[in-house]
Amino acid sequence: MNVPASDPKSVTGKPLVIDERVDVLVIGGGAAGLEAAIGAAARGFGVLLVDENPVPIRTMGDDVPLHFGQGMAANARNRNAMMEAFVASEPRIEEAFEAGIDVRLGTACWGLYANGASLGWMPGLVVGLADEERSLLVEAQHVIFACGRRDMGLGFPGWEKPGVMGATAALNLATRYGALGPQRVVVLGSSTEALTTALALRETGVAIVAIVEQAHGGVGDAALLANLRNGGTEILTGHVVRAAVGHDGVEAASVGPLDDTGHPVGEERTLACDGIVLAVGATPVIDLIDAGGCKVAFQPERGGYAPILDASQQTSIANVYAVGDCAGIWAAKTRDRAIAEAEAVRAVAALGAAATDVRTELPPAPEYDISAYRLAWVRASVVEARAEFHVCQCEEVTAREILEIRPPRYLDWRDERRNDRSLSALLGEGPPNPDQVKRLTRAGMGPCQGRRCREQVAALLALGAAQPLSAIPLASYRAPARPMPLSMTAHVPEAPEQAEHWDTWFGMHAQWVPFWEVPERYTVATNDATGPVASE
Amino acid sequence: MSEIKGASVVIVGGGVTGLSAGWWLARDGVDVLVIEKGMIGWEASGRNGGGCSHHHSPLFAEEQRLWPIMDELLGYPTEFSGGRIRLAASEHQMMLYGRALRNAERQGFASEVLDVQQAKAMVPLAGDTIVGGYHYKFGGHANPHRTLQGYAWAMQDHGGRLLQHTTVTGFRCEGGRVTAVETDRGPIGCDSLVLAAGPQTGRLSAMLGQEVPVQSARCEMIVTEPLPLMPLGGVDGCGLYGRQTLRGNLAYGGGPHEWLTMAEQGSPAKPTTPLMLHMGRRLAELLPKAAHARIIRSWAGVIENTPDGRPVIDRLDSQANVVVATLSSVGFGLSPASGHAIRDLVLDGTCSFAEISTFKLSRFAELEPNWRELQGWQVTAAAEALAA
Repeated sequence: MNVPASDPKSVTGKPLVIDERVDVLVIGGGAAGLEAAIGAAARGFGVLLVDENPVPIRTMGDDVPLHFGQGMAANARNRNAMMEAFVASEPRIEEAFEAGIDVRLGTACWGLYANGASLGWMPGLVVGLADEERSLLVEAQHVIFACGRRDMGLGFPGWEKPGVMGATAALNLATRYGALGPQRVVVLGSSTEALTTALALRETGVAIVAIVEQAHGGVGDAALLANLRNGGTEILTGHVVRAAVGHDGVEAASVGPLDDTGHPVGEERTLACDGIVLAVGATPVIDLIDAGGCKVAFQPERGGYAPILDASQQTSIANVYAVGDCAGIWAAKTRDRAIAEAEAVRAVAALGAAATDVRTELPPAPEYDISAYRLAWVRASVVEARAEFHVCQCEEVTAREILEIRPPRYLDWRDERRNDRSLSALLGEGPPNPDQVKRLTRAGMGPCQGRRCREQVAALLALGAAQPLSAIPLASYRAPARPMPLSMTAHVPEAPEQAEHWDTWFGMHAQWVPFWEVPERYTVATNDATGPVASE
Repeated sequence: MSEIKGASVVIVGGGVTGLSAGWWLARDGVDVLVIEKGMIGWEASGRNGGGCSHHHSPLFAEEQRLWPIMDELLGYPTEFSGGRIRLAASEHQMMLYGRALRNAERQGFASEVLDVQQAKAMVPLAGDTIVGGYHYKFGGHANPHRTLQGYAWAMQDHGGRLLQHTTVTGFRCEGGRVTAVETDRGPIGCDSLVLAAGPQTGRLSAMLGQEVPVQSARCEMIVTEPLPLMPLGGVDGCGLYGRQTLRGNLAYGGGPHEWLTMAEQGSPAKPTTPLMLHMGRRLAELLPKAAHARIIRSWAGVIENTPDGRPVIDRLDSQANVVVATLSSVGFGLSPASGHAIRDLVLDGTCSFAEISTFKLSRFAELEPNWRELQGWQVTAAAEALAA
């Protein structure tokens, strides 16, 4: 019996063209990524290590991958200088070069593809990379994510002004690039993470004008707080920033006190500064991990949504690992890079090996309730704000518009026949889903890919539905995890069989026969599927 | 247990077809309930190009009548925008795309053939990569998510009900009629049943003794950052379908699909692939002046097709009070009309506005049992999909 040919319009028989193949691909060249790459090379694996730093200035301008908030000093434009500064700031990069590792800086990863549910087309683990000129596909036997951390965005009137930036972005610019613009900053948040960042910034010469904390007491390590206070930093607990003040950028932060229930009360004060650093919630970078299909869950002891890992740091996808901050953030790990490096050592030990009996250092219980803490920040700073502002800066969506599920303003929708379609109308039996809300309001749908607003939107939905943050599903991440110009796709090869059979839709002849010509009976044998076809 | 004990008409499936039918029925004062296993519009209904120009379909005339008035009828914005342009990258494509013009003309809708200069004048982002195109003075495009939510809200405004996160597990039948739908939250009684469950329509109809033959596949799309609005956003071609949204993003899809086996429970995973790059290259060919625009998302949808890719909207022979409906991968644009047709079949037994005998299940009476294999609709991810 003849085996029927496969559907020529399907992926079957259309090989994906792979540019390079490697044993181990490490994404991220921080402490954990370098340890993983150097360790894997020592075990004899061929290793490719990519790091997107130094990030091109235009990408930074879009707040990708971190909330840079236009806080780059002028020298950030000098790419060669930034490359030199970045390499010099981490001695182990040189060590990796010397170990024969293929180290590519300025190379971002934008996608991970693995066969699994609803996908059987991949030849193996496929990863998309891009430098400034071109995109390419790499097939790897093992992938180790070491993508680091980012910061929860937190809005207040004026938070779009240059100089309002994430703590991780500020720290990277200061310590890795030597290119931080603001030199007198107000830091929001007093967790050990926030205080550690503030002290590290102070080390580089930045004046820490004040620590602003909505809670009525510091939440992090008291010794770090005392250290800052002794250095002249004002500690303002029970306060929020009511506005960022300034014309072309931040010139001052207007701060005000909160009462016991978190409502702003009393007189505001102005603190002269040229930067406002958001350090209210460090969170693992899981964009590639989630978009690639690895299971993630809200894990407060790991700083929020983080991958589900086994004792060898392996994700739910075989041969895909996560190490360092992207695997989970906690205070001790932030203060001691040996913990992240130990994760890398465990992952490297598991490469190509049968399951080993390794002892895992589980994160300690969180030092504060991150769900309640982040919700309190959003309530005091965003919900209680004295004026409306855009929580989603890309699509210009306010908190009220998110909670009322308003159609976006580009529609200029004036039909007021129905105005009761707020969040409560969407709730039904389940918690509010940020993906549904973003499709209706467009919050989080812009070029920054939701990096500045996604945690705030989740918090707003949690507040609106009176649920804890952990009940709000993760707004899904999508490839490309870094925005990619169409022009950069032009040279990625495509199998000739795929090009030959490419069609708009399923390419089924019978589907598009006009209804007046449709035969009464359909069988495969009598269906004429020869000749050219174009779906409508 | 659900508090809801029953409804006159129960619709299984909160996609665009089921919700449109629910809205049409609720408008007529019918006590209607839509049951959805997850969230409304979470499958193919929320993942498509938004096109509204289906000149091959017997529902075309009704589709064209309704779209320009949908915002008014629903009371919610659909982002419908009229007219379409299809550009061709080769003479071969130009020839193949010409069918639309002939189909539409026969039904009284005008089109225009565009040479390169005319096409470039009408499409500011186009360039010298094309050989010409067609301007359809009908059809258009709308926003799938917003339209879908509009159906649901408008249905509720008319008293219809929606039960999400509820999985259908079986049916109670008596005397050749379905009397209740069994769900994981208890039985729900009904006088009439509509199955509009997308990829699950095959499995559910088989439980009623008459299977609607369908197979599911995964398809992908990409979207760019917003660009200045073109005068007419409904521009596609060069092997792609899609549109510039009213926000300015370019949202396009096309290329090979992957056939799947559906798991019985839960929502299928919807992974994307590097096909994104190949769509991106074609989009830069279609609209070369947008080549600098950055792709900011890609996504996939799982979509069912019948063996001939044509809809089924029909009453079952096996159970007299059941209407089955699948639009076979071309459902969004036709939804205003398909919901109307389903309403007519449920209430009146026949479609009042179009001759839809080509949607009958009986056309598959002689279908080969191994039709999937014969058509080469092979599944490579079967084990994984079932395990999910």
